[in-house]
Amino acid sequence: MRLAPKAIQTFRDDFTYSNSPEAIQRFPFPFPEDEYRYSVNIEPHTPKEGPGSAYEHLFDIDEHYLSEMHERALVLKEMPERCLSMPHMDLAGWDMVERVMVSLTEDYPQHFTLTRNGDNWRWENKLLNIDDSFTFGNTGTLPLEPMEYIGRQMQGDFTLLDQREGDLYMDAGIITCPADWSLAFDAGMSFSEWHGPVPMAKDSTIFERALKYLTAIQVGKPVRRLNWTMTINARMDTSPETYHRWGHERTTVTPENVGEKVYLRVELQVLDRMPRSNALLFSIRTYLMSLEDIVTNPVWAKRLHRVMKTLPQALIDYKGLSRYHTTVVDYLAAFDKAN
Amino acid sequence: MQVDQLKVKITAINEVAPTIREFCLVPVDGELLPFSPGSHVVVEMDGGEKTYKNAYSLLSDPRDVSAYRIAVRLQDASRGGSKFMHEQVTVGDELKISTPANLFAPHWPAKKHVLIAGGVGITPFMAYLPELERRGADFELHYLYRSSQTGAYRELLSKRLGGRYFDYDSLGGSRCDAVEVLSNRNLGTHFYVCGPESLLSTVQQVAADLGIPDSAIHYETFAAPKPGEPFEAEISETGQVIPVGAEESLLEALEAAGVEVPNLCRGGVCGQCQCKVVSGDIEHRDNFLSAQDKAAGQSIMPCVSRSKSPRLVLDI
Ligand code: FES
Repeated sequence: MRLAPKAIQTFRDDFTYSNSPEAIQRFPFPFPEDEYRYSVNIEPHTPKEGPGSAYEHLFDIDEHYLSEMHERALVLKEMPERCLSMPHMDLAGWDMVERVMVSLTEDYPQHFTLTRNGDNWRWENKLLNIDDSFTFGNTGTLPLEPMEYIGRQMQGDFTLLDQREGDLYMDAGIITCPADWSLAFDAGMSFSEWHGPVPMAKDSTIFERALKYLTAIQVGKPVRRLNWTMTINARMDTSPETYHRWGHERTTVTPENVGEKVYLRVELQVLDRMPRSNALLFSIRTYLMSLEDIVTNPVWAKRLHRVMKTLPQALIDYKGLSRYHTTVVDYLAAFDKAN
Repeated sequence: MQVDQLKVKITAINEVAPTIREFCLVPVDGELLPFSPGSHVVVEMDGGEKTYKNAYSLLSDPRDVSAYRIAVRLQDASRGGSKFMHEQVTVGDELKISTPANLFAPHWPAKKHVLIAGGVGITPFMAYLPELERRGADFELHYLYRSSQTGAYRELLSKRLGGRYFDYDSLGGSRCDAVEVLSNRNLGTHFYVCGPESLLSTVQQVAADLGIPDSAIHYETFAAPKPGEPFEAEISETGQVIPVGAEESLLEALEAAGVEVPNLCRGGVCGQCQCKVVSGDIEHRDNFLSAQDKAAGQSIMPCVSRSKSPRLVLDI
């Protein structure tokens, strides 16, 4: 059974965010083996793990929908520049509107309804009490630009990458829950520029190959990969712009509070070719799970202990875990006695 | 979430120039996808003992999902694909096509777009026009052809584009001066070339002389695989030996032998099919590898390139 969105919880100040047992059970745990290895780990975005899983649909809507939409509105109110779209990306924005509305209507008919009559469209989002009629492709008929309009109704961050000269450019995006990267900084950059250096990916051909693969993604053949890091408290917005609010929290982890304070942050990243514009839609759906919740699953507890224990120092530093890595390993050791 | 091949039915065939036929394709079931200007599809033709797969640009309005249109020029040195389309295919037939892929998209941030088409190379630009017009973009079209063979859509284009259309029929003695077309352009002008290899190399040469950066020149020249001498391909890891006939491409021979190689354009453009070569003398025919790569002789694009030596050993 798929979870119904629950009442608004917070990702800041009093951090009332919590995961239900069902949400824990469907958490996309990112470690397939005991030792962490850097890999591009891309696979076709096809359903797996059955009904209700995070991989069941193109876009995953879960119990945190209202909370995340509320959080996104708070961020954009304070920092409108966290959403931007260059003028040549308008058509890509409409591609995204169509892809999202059509999929949500098919996958979650109880919450969303799209009615199309030629270019005259009506969109009902019952979760947010939205009922709008507009002309497809005519930006003036929407209350906001197309990417922002639909982005404010979707969990996760989105960027639209323009493809030119065999490279990808980050020319549009709505980014309110990033793992420490900034749209304002990366906007307009090419793939190699914004991808930056990743330790362990010594071999630069890994990026060449990744770029070649990404530029060849075809319409109707989305792909996905998982990425992960850790975050202190259930804070969605860990952006460089707000570093002063969360950077120091990394020093607050103690053996007593580590289970509830440290969150495994998993990104389900999906790349999907947009038909009209040839842009790539890059969606980054973030899941936050406290260690306390993770260790309710003995298999995950053991696995996470082994992964954290063998994590190379370069990655510990790169992911910003240095301050509390030992505390995490010690905490998890209790669930992996044999090791 | 995933779409693979589409099944289409041919609802009309029109001769749009002496050697060019236009095919109108509608979906057998479901809907077609909208596409981006410059996209192509790979058409699969079941020719009895042989399956042909050729890439053709979509020339219809990219937002029209009721039908796709493609135009096929009868190639003199055809290995059968274009001949099959011209001689075997009739209205009512069904074909399989890939989903559209784009290797020749407009550079939308450009200030001005200069389109240069040669012969059947007009096709991708037919799909550019509606989108350029919808965006109110600044553009012009230069069309080079020989009216005894090609020149499809020229009346229609001249009427539709007026002063933005430039017509060169070599049969009527009208020649296009590439220097004139490329000179004195404002910064932010982008050039798009689709047509025979000779047209592309002329434009590239003139651009280099005028100091126009490579990044402002976009081109698509599908090198249709041409026949050659038969040879053998050996897979180094397994020792499997695959004969490649005169009329088939190395890629086709590999596929027929059950060796899967990723591919998108089947015309030496996209770079997807690149294979490592352990030994053998390569006859490069693609537009993807750099001159350096070609000289190094360690990679081949099997969709179009062949072997000069009797055996080519591949690391796949
Ligand atoms: S398939 Fe595109 S280069 Fe060979």
